[in-house]
Amino acid sequence: MHTLTTLAATLPGALPVALPAALPAETVQPVVETVRSGVLLVAPLLVGLPLLSAAVLLLLGRRTDKWGHWLGVLASAGAFVVAAVTFVAMLGRPADQRTVVVDFGRWIDAGAFSVDAGIRLDPLSLTFVLLVTFVGTLIHIYSVAYMEHDADRRRFFAYLNLFVAAMLVLVLGDSYLLLFFGWEGVGLASYLLIGFWNHRTPYAVAAKKAFVANRVGDLGLLIAMGIMVAQFGSVDFGVVLGGAGELSEGAATAMGLMLLLAACGKSAQFPLQSWLGDAMAGPTPVSALIHAATMVTAGVYLIVRSGAVFDAAPTAQLVVVIVGAVTLLFGAIVGCAKDDIKKALAASTMSQIGYMVLAAGLGPVGYAFAIFHLVTHGFFKAGMFLGAGSVMHGMDDQVDMRRFGGLARYMTITWLTFMAGWLAILGIPPFSGFYSKDKIIEAAFVPVDGQEWHAWVFGTVALVGAGITAFYMSRLFFMTFEGERRWAPKADGSAQHPHEAPRLMTWPMIILAVGSVGLGFFLNAGGRFVTWLEPVTGHVEHEEPVLPVWSLIALTLAVVVAGVVLAWRRYAVSTVPVVPPLGTALTRAARVDLYQDAVNDAVLVEPGQHLTRSLVYADRTVVDGAVTGVGRTTVGLGELARRIQTGYVRSYAATTVIGLVVLVVAVLVTQS
Amino acid sequence: MNEFTAPDVPWSLLSPALIVLLAAVVGVLVEAFVPARVRRTVQVSLALGATAASLVAVAALWQGVAEDGGTAVLGGSLVVDGPTLVLQGTIALLALLSILVVADRTDTGEDAFAPSAAAVPSSDYEELARRRGLQQTEVYPLLLFAVGGMLIFPAAGDLLTLFVALEVLSLPLYLLTGMARRRRLLSQEASMKYFLLGAFASALMLFGIGLIYGYSGSLRYSEIAEQTLQVSGADSLLLVGAVLVLTGLLFKVGAVPFHTWTPDVYQGAPTPITGFMAACTKVAAFGALLRLVYVVLPELEWDLSVVLWAVAIATMVLGTVAALVQTDIKRVLAYSSIAHAGFILTGVIALDESAITAVLFYLLVYGAATVGAFGIVWLVRERAAGTDDEPGPVLGEATRLSQWAGLGRSHPVLAATFALFLLSFAGIPLTAGFIGKFAVFSAAVEGGAWPLALVGVLSSAAAAFFYVRIIVLMYFGGATGDASDDTADTDGHAGQPAPAVVATDAAVPADVPAPVAGATATLVEARPATTTTVVGSEGFAVVAIAVCAVATVLLGVVPSPVLDLIGDVAQLLP
Repeated sequence: MHTLTTLAATLPGALPVALPAALPAETVQPVVETVRSGVLLVAPLLVGLPLLSAAVLLLLGRRTDKWGHWLGVLASAGAFVVAAVTFVAMLGRPADQRTVVVDFGRWIDAGAFSVDAGIRLDPLSLTFVLLVTFVGTLIHIYSVAYMEHDADRRRFFAYLNLFVAAMLVLVLGDSYLLLFFGWEGVGLASYLLIGFWNHRTPYAVAAKKAFVANRVGDLGLLIAMGIMVAQFGSVDFGVVLGGAGELSEGAATAMGLMLLLAACGKSAQFPLQSWLGDAMAGPTPVSALIHAATMVTAGVYLIVRSGAVFDAAPTAQLVVVIVGAVTLLFGAIVGCAKDDIKKALAASTMSQIGYMVLAAGLGPVGYAFAIFHLVTHGFFKAGMFLGAGSVMHGMDDQVDMRRFGGLARYMTITWLTFMAGWLAILGIPPFSGFYSKDKIIEAAFVPVDGQEWHAWVFGTVALVGAGITAFYMSRLFFMTFEGERRWAPKADGSAQHPHEAPRLMTWPMIILAVGSVGLGFFLNAGGRFVTWLEPVTGHVEHEEPVLPVWSLIALTLAVVVAGVVLAWRRYAVSTVPVVPPLGTALTRAARVDLYQDAVNDAVLVEPGQHLTRSLVYADRTVVDGAVTGVGRTTVGLGELARRIQTGYVRSYAATTVIGLVVLVVAVLVTQS
Repeated sequence: MNEFTAPDVPWSLLSPALIVLLAAVVGVLVEAFVPARVRRTVQVSLALGATAASLVAVAALWQGVAEDGGTAVLGGSLVVDGPTLVLQGTIALLALLSILVVADRTDTGEDAFAPSAAAVPSSDYEELARRRGLQQTEVYPLLLFAVGGMLIFPAAGDLLTLFVALEVLSLPLYLLTGMARRRRLLSQEASMKYFLLGAFASALMLFGIGLIYGYSGSLRYSEIAEQTLQVSGADSLLLVGAVLVLTGLLFKVGAVPFHTWTPDVYQGAPTPITGFMAACTKVAAFGALLRLVYVVLPELEWDLSVVLWAVAIATMVLGTVAALVQTDIKRVLAYSSIAHAGFILTGVIALDESAITAVLFYLLVYGAATVGAFGIVWLVRERAAGTDDEPGPVLGEATRLSQWAGLGRSHPVLAATFALFLLSFAGIPLTAGFIGKFAVFSAAVEGGAWPLALVGVLSSAAAAFFYVRIIVLMYFGGATGDASDDTADTDGHAGQPAPAVVATDAAVPADVPAPVAGATATLVEARPATTTTVVGSEGFAVVAIAVCAVATVLLGVVPSPVLDLIGDVAQLLP
């Protein structure tokens, strides 16, 4: 029960001896302290409140229909309050004592392998906790109005609460196993919410697709845990990350690549990204919370959390950077061609997470920036999704941007808040995205291990990506809010009357817009955020990029402005056709996600189906044949046994006596 | 020699058994002196109170025994050590839960017992007794006597005490078996069979005790064990005696080839009594077996192991394959209990340190699931056909498997609970049964008996089939009632009609003269169409089932506290 204390006590002492040879001294894990008293013990409530609420809503069922949504909001808000209290308590501690474990005792005890359950509070997990609970609470409030006319609103809130609880387990768990628990939990919640309107077949199919793609990633996490157990006999963060420096490069690379696979599945990175666009089938608040702000960023969390492993595996790091770079371009190109406002935003999410993954692959130099961008992105992308929801709300659930246009004067608040998000994602100073994305572009231009090609290739990709991002996000913005009206009549044939959303929806948007405007500046001031994360990511000396910083900023702004101007000319000034034109080959390819689904079908699905069919055949003829044979024999034996059971006492007694005689004879024979 | 010295009786150490036996005696007096109106209430309270008090007594003794390892009392006739307390606690707890099921009545006030057990079945007198609403409250003192015997059985320190305890626990069970309210002939026949075969087994055991006494000159376990160390020319005497004594115990646990009574008696006895018998008797008998094998006969390990191995393997295999072809739920559970006896034997034979803990834990989880499962069987009833507005009266238990089809849809919670117990029987992870199986099989492997463990695992896998079959039937089977045939059965003996009154095994012939092979057809009576329903009850059984279900889940998810608790005291006093 109390072995963790000894583990925690011995670990930091043992590390300095083992590590300096392999790792830069800064990345040695900070002192891990197990709290037994004090305000930090409230941390379990973070998970407990939303979990309890989800249980109440699901178990009490229809009885809670009247007030269930407010319970959901309350649970999420309560979790945020707890998070805030924890945060304040954490700020009160010296920087090197900000890694704290709340121990729940032994969870699994299986001989040589054991896992302790505990909550790990450190700057990284707290950042996520604050983001998840804060944005989560806003989106809960928004959903109260958004889902008002849905008969299953209570179930929706139960799932949302379940998601929040699982996400918090994911980021708070102090071992990979607990993380995996949360990882599966958010996958489940995501599945349930994508398929929330599962009476419509395409939505149910989308949910299934997300589920399957995620399973592929989960396999990676499982294998990674397997390697950990083989190498360390443990999956605790303390042991694994502390010992990562001693791993052979092969083991570290394998572990890193498997963790990357997991991250790709969850964060919709190439080549497992195909599910995210379809996941937009879920209600818009879900897209905002799960498929933009929080769950899809779990992969980035995993990579940053496992930094020590990746630091020991340069090859794996390179693959991470490549995956990030490919995805950021991929998402950006797809985003240019999508006419569905939510799918365009989803492509943008994919691309932005590509940035984060790229940064995380750069090693300690990029970890803090990855998380920084993750936080600001959480605000502005959630804000824009809520804006998209508001537009759909006012436009009779229309999602085709070619049927929008000129909405700015009809829904002013939505327009203004969306504009804040738009400017933030473009990276226009002083909006949030400028601080976070520019840092990533800057970091990408820093040579890794003195390799200049690295800096040039990935720096250029990040820079070009910023330009494309500017183009497609401006396209989205202009097609929706500017230009002439191209409104389609409502489903019932009456004319559209776009209107502003109710206050319950606008206020969360306004608050998120404030974050989109000022959060980046606030967190960047004096390197506040980077310093806060330092206990986890390690302190890194500033290195110079291959080009001067001022020229990088200027270049970035130049490509961004170029992208905006191009979009302005094509989508605000000139007429946007209501029916999508044929377009170039690239456009057509981008519309179908660059043939990703076709490739998946051809490479995986069809051979898989063939394999399955032949396996089924073999199973039926060979395996089933054998099993049926055994089954027949067994049943035959049973029939025999049944015949012995005649019902006559005399035969029962005879059985007893014969059995006894046989036994006695056996004893006497074997004895001599 | 001439002076009489009163034996020093440590009353407190005896209290778990004494409380129950005292209550049983009081119960007899209650029958005589308390007015009929309140008699049932008094008896039920007395029985529940006595078992609960016994449980408390066990808890009170726990600390002391855990510290000093236990003592032999009454000059060695009884041994109060860790395993004794664990077994007594388990028996008292399971008895308490069983009595809850026994005490339960349907919402029309019917209990499981004949209104007057002495009445000839289908006689006018019986009809009169039924109409007068008579109740056979002697059930409770009988139960308490049986429980008292069971509490002494595993604590016995000499062979004579063992024998007396065996009789004390058996005689009331013979009676209780014959007291079913419905299918009285079946019940009385079962009682008769149980009595005859039980007496037969007792006689064999007594003979064995005689042989052992002839060999060692003592009845005391510790002294016999010392004698087995000596080399003498009369080893055969000892060996045959040991086999005979083991026979008596193996009969009680229902091990092959001494199992023949089990299916008939389990089917015929009133269902709550079946649950009690299946759970508590098995715990008590295995407790006694454990002590005998570990304390008296360890020197004979090499000689006797062939017996125990053969019995264990035969029990596991036969229990499993015979269960596959049953069509009556009580018989399925009976064969399943035989198979479980084989699994537990595997742990007993291991003769390994960890084996005692494993066996004790297995007994607890098996007992909990058994009481719960039979409790549910008792609630699932046939209902005579009625009109839409006025459903027909509730009849006896719907024991034919085909009648359980669709229960998962009509009574989801009950079916889910039953499925839980079945999964625990099957040893599916996250249920207590898995931990129990895992514990005994790993003990067997550590003790070098890996072939036994292998057979055990294979039988468990095969056994899982018929448990899952029932679950599938409940959830995916056709509509409840007689309309559907026993679909799950078609693999085995397609085309055979579902037998009626006396299901399954070739025949249980008492109420039909001179049955011969194939006579089952003559047993098929004209049967009015019935539907399956779950009877409303006073709620005692529901409480017991709920406790069993919670225990099954808890012991499956977090077994370590209980395993540690048992492991701390699992040391038999030599």
